Order: sequence, then C-alpha cells, then structure tokens
Amino acid sequence: MSPNAPSLHIENLRKTYSRPAVDGLSLTVKRGEFYALLGPNGAGKTTTLRMVAGLLRPDAGAIAICGIDALKDPVAAKSIMAWVPDEPLIYDKLDPMEYLEFVAGLWAMDAAKAERQARELIALLGLDAQAKTRCQGLSKGMRQKVALAGALIHDPQLIILDEPLTGLDAGSARQVKAVLKDRVANGATVIMTTHILEVAERMAERIGVIANGRLIAEGTLSELSAQSGGGTSLEEIFLSLVADQSAAA
Amino acid sequence: MTGTATLTWFARHELTLAWRDWAAMMAGGRTTQERAVTSGTLVFVGLLHWLAYVILEPLLRSGIEPSKAALVTLTACLLFTFSMMLSQAIEQVTRSFYARADLDLILSSPAQARHLFAVRISAIALSGMAMTSLLAAPLINTAAAIDGPRWLAAYAAIAAMSALATGLSVIATVALFKAVGAKRTRLIAQIIAAIVGAALLIGIQIVAVLYYGNLSRFEVLRSAAVMNAAPDAASLFWLPARAVLGELSAVTALVAAGFAVLAIVIAQYAPQFSSHAIAAAGADDHGALVAAASEPFRSRSTLQSLRAKEWMLLRRDPWLLSQTLMQVLYLIPPALLCWRDMGAGTQVHIVLAPVLVMAFGQLSGGLSWLAISGEDAPDLVATAPLPARALLRAKNEAVLAVIAVSAAPLLLALAFASLWGAGVSAFGIAAASISAITIQIWFKVTATRSQFRRRQTASKGATFAEAFSSIFWAAATGFAAAQSWFALVFVAFALMTLWVARMISPRALIA
Repeated sequence: MSPNAPSLHIENLRKTYSRPAVDGLSLTVKRGEFYALLGPNGAGKTTTLRMVAGLLRPDAGAIAICGIDALKDPVAAKSIMAWVPDEPLIYDKLDPMEYLEFVAGLWAMDAAKAERQARELIALLGLDAQAKTRCQGLSKGMRQKVALAGALIHDPQLIILDEPLTGLDAGSARQVKAVLKDRVANGATVIMTTHILEVAERMAERIGVIANGRLIAEGTLSELSAQSGGGTSLEEIFLSLVADQSAAA
Repeated sequence: MTGTATLTWFARHELTLAWRDWAAMMAGGRTTQERAVTSGTLVFVGLLHWLAYVILEPLLRSGIEPSKAALVTLTACLLFTFSMMLSQAIEQVTRSFYARADLDLILSSPAQARHLFAVRISAIALSGMAMTSLLAAPLINTAAAIDGPRWLAAYAAIAAMSALATGLSVIATVALFKAVGAKRTRLIAQIIAAIVGAALLIGIQIVAVLYYGNLSRFEVLRSAAVMNAAPDAASLFWLPARAVLGELSAVTALVAAGFAVLAIVIAQYAPQFSSHAIAAAGADDHGALVAAASEPFRSRSTLQSLRAKEWMLLRRDPWLLSQTLMQVLYLIPPALLCWRDMGAGTQVHIVLAPVLVMAFGQLSGGLSWLAISGEDAPDLVATAPLPARALLRAKNEAVLAVIAVSAAPLLLALAFASLWGAGVSAFGIAAASISAITIQIWFKVTATRSQFRRRQTASKGATFAEAFSSIFWAAATGFAAAQSWFALVFVAFALMTLWVARMISPRALIA
C-alpha cells in the first residue's frame, strides 16, 4: 500500500454483458475525498462499483485501491475497503450486535476494539433499542443502518456505497450523512452512487457523471456547471450532460 | 391481457414461468457437452433399469397373480409411496400460502386469486406425479418388460395417488390454519410433513425389530399375523394394488376417485386462498426474538468467525428442525435394533451401516444447501478479505463438523457390535456427506436461508443427484459391511452419479 497513491484509481475498465455495461472507464478518487457517482439508470454505476469491490471480474482494465492492485491482490484490497449494496442483505437470524461481531471477525479485528466500535456505531446510528433484536424484525431503513455499521466497523480507508439513502426517513438519512462526513473528516474516502441529486450537491466534493458505461463529466459543482454550459443546479447540469451524451450516441 | 385473469390465463402464465425456469437450467451448454450429458444420463437410466431387473426378475419370472400375499406387499409399497407424496404435497401447499414472490402483486390486483390457487394446486399434483413417476420408472418399465404391459397402469395409479395426496394436503393445511393460526401453521405443517413421510416405514421397521429382530419390512408383511388381519382378496381395500396390476376397472375407479377429490377440494378451498395468503403474510414474527443479555465479543480468526456464524444460524433455523426431525425419525428403528442386539453377536452392523449413511447423506445435503447457497449476506462475505476458496472451506468445515458430532455417538455404539461395521459406516457417511456438499457447490444458487424449501424446486438435477448419491453410498456401505465385493459396483454407481451431476450442473454448462 502506497501512502501517496489515490484511494481509487481505475484505468480503462471494461465489462460487457449482451452490450457494454462499462466501456473503457477511467477514474481517480483522491484520499479523504467525498465522491458522488451519478448517472441515469443502466449507466454502469453499480457494475463499476461491484468490480471495484471485487464482486465482479472486469473483462479488461485495472483497479488500484490505495496503490494495491485489486485484481492481483484482492484480499489485500478488500482488507481496507467496505462495500454497502443498494439492497443490503444481512442475516435475519442475527441481531445487530451479533452481526457486527461477525463482520469484525471477518476482518479479524481485536474483539475488545470491535465491541467498542460496535457500540459507538449502534449509538451513532440510533439503533440502541434494536441492538439485541434479531434483524428479521427490523424495518428496511434499520437494516440499511445495520449494514452501514457493518461496513464501518473495521475502519475502512475506502467506503463504497450504492444508493445508501434510499428508503431512509429524514432523521435516519441525516444520521447516515453525519456518520459519513465524520469518516471523511477523519481521512477515509467515500464513494457513493445516488439518484438524490440534492445529496450529491450538498455532500460531495467532486462528482462524476457516467452514461453508457463511460465517464462523461467530472469535477466540482462549478466545474460541472462550466462543462454543461452553465446550469445552476446539479439537476439542470446532470440532465444537460446526460442529454448531450444521448444525442451524441 | 383483456378482461379479468381467467383460469387458463393463469395456467398459461405459470406454465411459461415453469418452462423458462427449466430452460434456464438446461440452457447455455455447448452441443458437445449436451451430447455428453445426454449420453451420460441415458447410461445412468439404463443402469437403473438393469438394477431394477436384478431385483425384479426373480420375483416376476413366473408372473404375479393377485394373491393376498402379493396384494399385501404391493399395497404396503403403495402406502409408503403415498405417504411420501402426502408429505411432499403438505410442504408444497404450505409454501403456496407463504410464498411472497409474486403474491403481493397478484393479491393487490383485481384478478381472482382463486384461479391462481387452482392452478398452483394442480401444479403441485402434476409435480408429484412427475417426480414419483420418474423415480418409479425403472421398476415399472422393467416389470412391464418382464411380466407384460399391464404394469404400465402403475403410472395411472401414481397420477391418481398424487391427485388424492394433493387434495388431502390442502384439507390438512387449511385445517391447520384454522386450528393453530397462520403464525404456527408453517412450522407445524413442516413437522407433520416430516412425520407423515417417515411414519409408515418407521412403524413397520419398529414392528420388524421388536418381533423379528431385523429391519426387514418384508418379514412383517409376510407374517401370519398380517395375513390373517388383512381383508379378503376381493375387498375394495386392494383397489390401488389391483390398479397397479393392470385391472382396468380398478385403474378407472382409482383415477376417477383421485381426480374427483382434487377437483372438489379446489372448488371448495380455492376461494379462501387469498384470505389465508394474506393471513400468512402478516404472520412474520417481527421483533419477536429479543436476546436477554448481551455477551462480550470473542476474538476469532476470519475462518473461526465464519464457522461460528454458520453454526449459530443452523441452530436458529426453523426449517432445519423438520429436516433433522426426519433424519432422527429414520434413525429410531436402527437405534432400537442396536439397543436390542448389542453384544449378541448378530450382524446388526450390516443393517445399520446403510441406514446411517442414507440418513447422514440427506442431512448433509440440507445443511450444505443452507451453508453454501443459503447465504443471507453474499456481498458481505464476498468482500471480506479472504480468498473465495477459504470461505468455501470454512462453510464446508462447519457442515462436516455438525455431521461428525451427530454421527459420532452412533458410530461409537456401533463399534461395540462391530469395529469393521463402524469403520465402513464412518467412511460411507464421510463419502455421502462430501458428495452431498460437492453437489451443492456445483448447483449453488443465490438464495436466502428463508428459501430453504426452494432447495427441492430450484434444481431437480441436484435433488435427484443428492438422493441417488446417498442411496448408492448407503448400498456400497451395506455391502462393504457384509464384506462383499459387490460394494465396488455401488461405489462406481455413486461416482457415476457425481459425474452426471457435474455434467448437468449449471457451472459445467456455463464453463
């Protein structure tokens, strides 16, 4: 692991099913950055992130996590990364504390440290009352928070989240956003996809826009505005960029 | 679609889905591989017919007359088949109430849910017919070849029995709903299904052990007590057996009775389907299980964590209860025999060895499905920092440890009767368990643990492979226990089963 390497460096990534889902995508996310990945449905966001998380094998290209070649040494890459899918699947028959103990075990954490972190996360995410209730009895939003706690318990350097705020009520969404901001403030990198453009606008330092498996624009909100020809809100900028891409295709 | 969803519209819809499921399982192979699979399957089916010939030829050589003895044996076989059909049907009917896959959509639409229920119940009857016919085909075909085509009437008898079993299972499940409520019906139905499936066979075996000192059902069926108690050869009681023997009037009566029961049940109960399904949907035990006190986290390696998680989930799995219960029930007669004859110098190990192997082979199949396919958090374990092979190893170790711990006391008891018997049984249990785990790896599907019963429906290939593998390892162990070289023939059959399973598995077809 190189201390100066970016958190994520993707080079010419390709994945084809019946048509190209990711088509020569290159992307770099710096350390300690909050990065939002936007794109219309079927643009290739989730496929890209699943390849980064080691859940899909790319057809071509390179992925480096903090300087570690994730395709050559996936175990080392996974040890410093966390992935939260859009539909978090957790164990119905475990309670949140048992789930966190299991996740801590997967990452071979020290038990005392893991328990301390688990209690902190449970409190931060407002899950105290459900800490010892089996997950089968939790609502979708609560399950999502349990999955997020699992992703954060081993202090990952790179946190990848696919639509993390979908299904959360306003209070829960605020808790999740606060936890993620805190992680970024402490040096972790967060990459997330979202369809809630307001969240990307408010939270992300840089935003990447994907369409047809390619990165069509990237930068801060003002840089994106300039690239799109001067939209004022992210919604206008996004729609303009995507429309341009559709017209070009 | 125009107008309301009719019975035929639902039937077409369900048929399309079933066909696509089947096609998806079979698609994707190269022509050469498909040819190899077809050839392998044909050779396998041929071998099963040969085996059936070896068993049936001495019995049917001079033809079978509908004597009282023949009717008793045939009726017992049919009753055993019927109990298995009934057990399967109870499981499937309960599943149709609790399945949520598309029910939310259908029940929230203006479509008539009773039509869907009618189609699904008919599909259960059809699937029972198909599965039983497939399993019985080598015996029926061989009997027809030796003793004449009249034996083909057995297929009609199977169809009638499946219709009857499905009808009765609907009545039983609805009665359970009314008696114990939606929340408890699923688990109780599962337990009843396990008991119904095993009760007859076990009952006869217990009588055989207590009165004749062995596990042979035939000793009981041929006994003077049974012969004297059995009704006259002209009695209606023998109708199913006479149907199997090809008596036209008996076949007609049995088929008419079976399908009449099914039709009446569908007409009577289909309209209640939506209310039962809605009650079942509201029966999830949300928040019911709250731990009393929290325990401190334990320091574990990654592999230890995975094994501990598997064991904890197995302990908490309600579906596993009935699976285990079924195996435990089957172990009662051999345990009784073991207790009765221990130290008496009998050949008890020859009888016990195959029963143990069969039971633990089946248990391994269930456990390994839960561990390998029934992963509730696949993304989490896939993103954990350990190689996929290590992950699989931990899951397999978790299953094998459960099998080893469960089998050890029985093997120890057996060792007192025969060291050789205990040794070959241990080998047979290991072989059957490893085969079951391997089949589960080849046929791995992405599913959650709550979809445990999907195990039987997700892949018929895996179900049959698992069953045949256990049967052949059990037979091989039995012959090995008797120190017969014939054991090697069954080892070859078991290995061939694995080869066919490998060839038809989705992994091989995709590769």
